[in-house]
Amino acid sequence: MLIGTPKEQFEGERRVALTPDSAKALAKLGHSALIESGAGAAAGFSDAAYAEAGVEVVKNAGVVWSKADVVAKVRPPSESEVAQMRSGQTLISFFNPAGNADLMEQAKEQGASVIAMEMVPRISRAQKMDALSSMANIAGYRAVIEAGNNFGRFFTGQVTAAGKVPPAKVLVIGAGVAGLAAIGTATSLGAITYAFDVRPEVAEQIESMGAEFVFLDFEESSQDSAATGGYAAPSSPEFREKQLAKFREMAPEIDIVIATALIPNREAPELWTPDMVAMMKPGSVIVDLAAEKGGNCKLTVPDEKIVTDNGVTIVGYTDFPSRMAAQASTLYSTNIRHMLTDLTPDKDGKINHNMEDDVIRGATVTHQGEITYPPPPPKVAAIAAAPKKDKPKELTAEEKKAKEVADFKAATKSQVGLLVIGGVIMAIIGAFAPASFMQHFIVFALACFIGFQVIWGVAHSLHTPLMAITNAISGIVIVGALLQIGSGNMLVVLLSLVSVLIASINIVGGFLVTRRMLAMFQKS
Amino acid sequence: MGVGIQSAAYIAASVLFILSLGGLKNQESAKRAIYYGIVGMALAVIATVFGPGVQNIALILVAIAAGSFAGVYIAGKVQMTDMPQLVAALHSFVGLAAVFIGLNADIMLGSVTALRDSGVNLAEADLTGFGERLWAKDAVEIAILKVEVFLGIFIGAVTFTGSVIAFGKLAGKVSGSPKQLPGGHMLNAAALAICVILGIMYFNGAGIWTMVLVTIIAGFIGWHLIMGIGGADMPVVVSMLNSYSGWAAAAIGFTLGNDLLIVTGALVGSSGAILSYIMCKAMNRKFVSVILGGFGGTSGPQMQVEGEQIAIDADGVASALDDADSIVIIPGYGMAVAQAQQSVSELTKRLRAKGKTVRFAIHPVAGRLPGHMNVLLAEARVPYDIVLEMDEINDDFPTTDVAIVIGSNDIVNPAAQDDPNSPIAGMPVLEVWKAKQVFVSKRGQGTGYSGIENPLFFKENTRMFYGDAKKSLDELLTKID
Repeated sequence: MLIGTPKEQFEGERRVALTPDSAKALAKLGHSALIESGAGAAAGFSDAAYAEAGVEVVKNAGVVWSKADVVAKVRPPSESEVAQMRSGQTLISFFNPAGNADLMEQAKEQGASVIAMEMVPRISRAQKMDALSSMANIAGYRAVIEAGNNFGRFFTGQVTAAGKVPPAKVLVIGAGVAGLAAIGTATSLGAITYAFDVRPEVAEQIESMGAEFVFLDFEESSQDSAATGGYAAPSSPEFREKQLAKFREMAPEIDIVIATALIPNREAPELWTPDMVAMMKPGSVIVDLAAEKGGNCKLTVPDEKIVTDNGVTIVGYTDFPSRMAAQASTLYSTNIRHMLTDLTPDKDGKINHNMEDDVIRGATVTHQGEITYPPPPPKVAAIAAAPKKDKPKELTAEEKKAKEVADFKAATKSQVGLLVIGGVIMAIIGAFAPASFMQHFIVFALACFIGFQVIWGVAHSLHTPLMAITNAISGIVIVGALLQIGSGNMLVVLLSLVSVLIASINIVGGFLVTRRMLAMFQKS
Repeated sequence: MGVGIQSAAYIAASVLFILSLGGLKNQESAKRAIYYGIVGMALAVIATVFGPGVQNIALILVAIAAGSFAGVYIAGKVQMTDMPQLVAALHSFVGLAAVFIGLNADIMLGSVTALRDSGVNLAEADLTGFGERLWAKDAVEIAILKVEVFLGIFIGAVTFTGSVIAFGKLAGKVSGSPKQLPGGHMLNAAALAICVILGIMYFNGAGIWTMVLVTIIAGFIGWHLIMGIGGADMPVVVSMLNSYSGWAAAAIGFTLGNDLLIVTGALVGSSGAILSYIMCKAMNRKFVSVILGGFGGTSGPQMQVEGEQIAIDADGVASALDDADSIVIIPGYGMAVAQAQQSVSELTKRLRAKGKTVRFAIHPVAGRLPGHMNVLLAEARVPYDIVLEMDEINDDFPTTDVAIVIGSNDIVNPAAQDDPNSPIAGMPVLEVWKAKQVFVSKRGQGTGYSGIENPLFFKENTRMFYGDAKKSLDELLTKID
């Protein structure tokens, strides 16, 4: 099949859906590629580079639309682009099907199939084609870089000859892919990073990236994001109040806010209120990645950078991935390539639009003259339900003390109990057994006791040598055989002889092999 | 040599044995401890051979020489990966010797009492040391002796056949999967009941045939019990047999009235018991459920594993290792099977030469013998101070760049923590999935011993490095210089 990519028409869009590298990978699937001249220029891929990778470079977009069997794009197509589509042709791009009903209708009329990249279900298998995540990753990184660009100080604290510089304090709101990327970038630049998310189960991820999780002390049973496909859901008003109170408390301290909180198919929640902005120090920066959906801060102006009266810069750009076109194109084209890999299961260059496949079904919004949006829920749950974890209760000093006393009492009780039981058993045995037996029994009991005391101290790594050496010394049964071997009975002599023989194998073999093992252990 | 000096030698030997076990608390003192054990044993044997009442010294020397020769040969030849088999085989010897000595004790008891009843006096009877002791016993003591003989023979026989089967399973000569005769543990219980009845008959004066029967039936129990236990439970089984061999020796010590045997048997017995306890704890299983075989019942369905296992080739692993600063390697039984320890060691050496932190995480039940992995790594000259226990390293995984799992499965299964319905729920595991990137070297997509899926293999940060561990690592080594 012929995969074609026209130049992006959206103004300022620098990304491209096909790179020379992805074209080479597509060739392995049996596909050939076609690109409009200059489509990759803004992302740093020249026509020559494409030609070298075996991509046919054509003069204008019309040729791409008319020749290609599959058109791969970044931004949703314009009406005029859709108008050029023909029946049986497939378009793979972002499509925003929820807000683009007319365009979807038009594509259906044309008989074209549309695969919307943002509709790829969030299941592990589909991660390699999850373009939202790969773009969010870039956005998160770029947001921090953009913040740094507008922030007049270092991120990392330094003590220099010219004075001490405090580290920047960064707050990341929403720990999705973008949020986590922002956390990683901010911490690696040396900032003290805090992060907040309504889903408490991401606390671990936040901490693993090196940020401190802003913990809300809240009674409500926490949200389980497994039910919402890994996305956040709106929180209760009480929770929100608590959250805002916490932010208000932090606002004067925070230098940079990266807001990434989004709830699917809703306006972005307002989490950084104007009064918090007013509390921030002059020179502080807010980067609002939710600008397109109304912003987590209502002062944000989409696609613009503004400075408030008290000197706080609010960045509302919505095209962060496009601002890193080379990186974004590489990742996006790889997502597209993975989608095509799934569409070409036999690697024979033939597209098999398998509507039984969860991922392909989920992403397809029009197919064979029908609108297939919204898709049915996927057959497998996106993310395994998180087990409810009970937070261990913080104990007060008195409780701790009481617990220690109780533990001590319990331990004493069980120990005394065991001693009493053991003593009674001994007494019973002693009442019936003859003195000669009891003498040996004392030795036995003491030896067991010493054995237990000694063996607990053995290093785990030496358990195999321990077994070998106990093996060797259990060859002590040789003594028993030696005491019997002088008997007048031939059978006894014979059996003793065999016993001596095998016990010596045990002794010698056991000791030697232990020595061999111990000699191998060496320090670096 | 008089009785006094012999006793002194026995006391010295007991102390030396205790010191030699206690010395295993760390690698350095262990090197000294082994000599305590050897000297103690030599003292004990010499004091016995040249002590009062021992005859046929020539025969003894021949038997000891032959046994020692065999011992030297075996110890020199055995591969470190074959240690579990060797240990099991050596246990069986102790068990067999205990059975023989128990039978002997009964035969001698018969002949000595016959002699005594015939009116011969002690000086004329010309008895061995043990014979003299028997001569002096009264009726109650003889009754106790019979109980001891019964216990010695029973435990010895179970140890013998059990160890033989354990050896067979570990050496791959017997299939590792659990097998049982119809009737299962009822059969064992019935056999045990018959043994007890035979024991009571013996106690009440029935002849030695009862003890021969007990030997055979106890042998059956040992065989059937261990046949019913699967391969990965072998660490527990081998420790348990270790313990039994000790108790058998102690029982023989009671029979013979020999304190040295009692002390040593008790030391070995408690050592094995503690090892079994540690192993069971590491698998979060009850000792009884391990011995009775199979995993305990679980409630409700297991969590579905979702996603796919993503493969990676040597190039990918090499470049990830190149970028990593801290690396943790988690070896398992698969490394022993593939004999890959040398390659692992070489990989470690090269990575360390590049200034990376490389450490090993050892789960208590990795392998088929307690401490098995430590010995294999030591053999391959991996310094022991970078080989850490589960508790020492589990907290470090979140700061680890790359975790390499080589031939282990259940001990790195996150289901043990996440899925209360998993058969291994609650088992302490190495939390490798918290590392930034996990590579799993594994032969194929199969499940582990417990037969359950491992969600680790499906995690986003996990890549499967399929193939024989040794071959994969050797290929990887060509990419790292």
